[in-house]
Amino acid sequence: MRVDIAKGILEKNDTLAEGNRELFARKGVFVVDLMASPGAGKTSTILATIAALRDRYRIAVIEGDIASRVDAEKIAAHGIPAVQINTGGACHLESDMIRRAVDTLDLDEIDLLIIENVGNLVCPTDFDLGEHAKIMILSVPEGHDKPYKYPGIFQLSEAVILNKYDTVSFFDFNEEEFRSVVHDLNPTAPVFAIAATKGEGVDAWVEWLAARIEAAKVVQS
Amino acid sequence: MHEMGICDGIVTASLEAAGKENASRINSIEVTIGVLTEIQEEALQFAFSVLTKDSIAEGSTLNVTMVPARSVCGECSAEFGHGRFDAKCPECGSYVCTLIHGRELQIDSMDID
Repeated sequence: MRVDIAKGILEKNDTLAEGNRELFARKGVFVVDLMASPGAGKTSTILATIAALRDRYRIAVIEGDIASRVDAEKIAAHGIPAVQINTGGACHLESDMIRRAVDTLDLDEIDLLIIENVGNLVCPTDFDLGEHAKIMILSVPEGHDKPYKYPGIFQLSEAVILNKYDTVSFFDFNEEEFRSVVHDLNPTAPVFAIAATKGEGVDAWVEWLAARIEAAKVVQS
Repeated sequence: MHEMGICDGIVTASLEAAGKENASRINSIEVTIGVLTEIQEEALQFAFSVLTKDSIAEGSTLNVTMVPARSVCGECSAEFGHGRFDAKCPECGSYVCTLIHGRELQIDSMDID
């Protein structure tokens, strides 16, 4: 007997993500899902963002890793609430994990929640977490050809951060080609060249983010 | 390996639907997947064989229809098919295009006893 289902494969995740989105809207929390390869500088970028925006916004961080609490401890050392999610092997975060992590935070005391996804350029793209914006980081040593190999993540990100830009002269990184391919894949996404550990170029990125947060407030109110 | 997570969605939803129909067995499941999801059918089939083990779907067939990418141009409204990387309007050359097919992740139907 044939039975029609006609259901999204990720319907359960999408429904839970919608619930997260409603909760974030109700509490006035702007949520960023930060995606990158392992070692691209997600945690360093978060720390640089915290340093630049902590006087303007109350920030909290959810750290997604397969194992360890290393990243959450780094963030917490700066006096910022941080929750560690250990996926235990899973290559991406899902909306139910976010909900459990969020339930341990006081959302009334948070304006900006940064989610550091598991280091991976493929899997996180299909999973809606209820965030306002997906942002990706590529670091210079990974090479300018990554948008050819992982187009999906470049297409779905609202903005692209090019990290470790201070090392660009040491690598065979064709910045013009990189920017051109990113533009072809995603014409509206800005590219921010930064050196997170030195704070270089961070201003343009955080001002874009702050403008995005303020725009979301107008929509919500 | 996000095929495992995707496949978990397929198997969970199918077993739930089969339960509602009081099915004793699932013979086959039809799914539609867009090429831009970067899902590899081989990995999906492997995950399917693992996740259906010891369930009423064990030994069933997973029929996958892959959907090519298609976009509509934001400048001249032309609709066109394209590869994974070149969503460029063949009529006017614009890159400001909206994807209409290629990211599908849908369970269509199944055959049960």
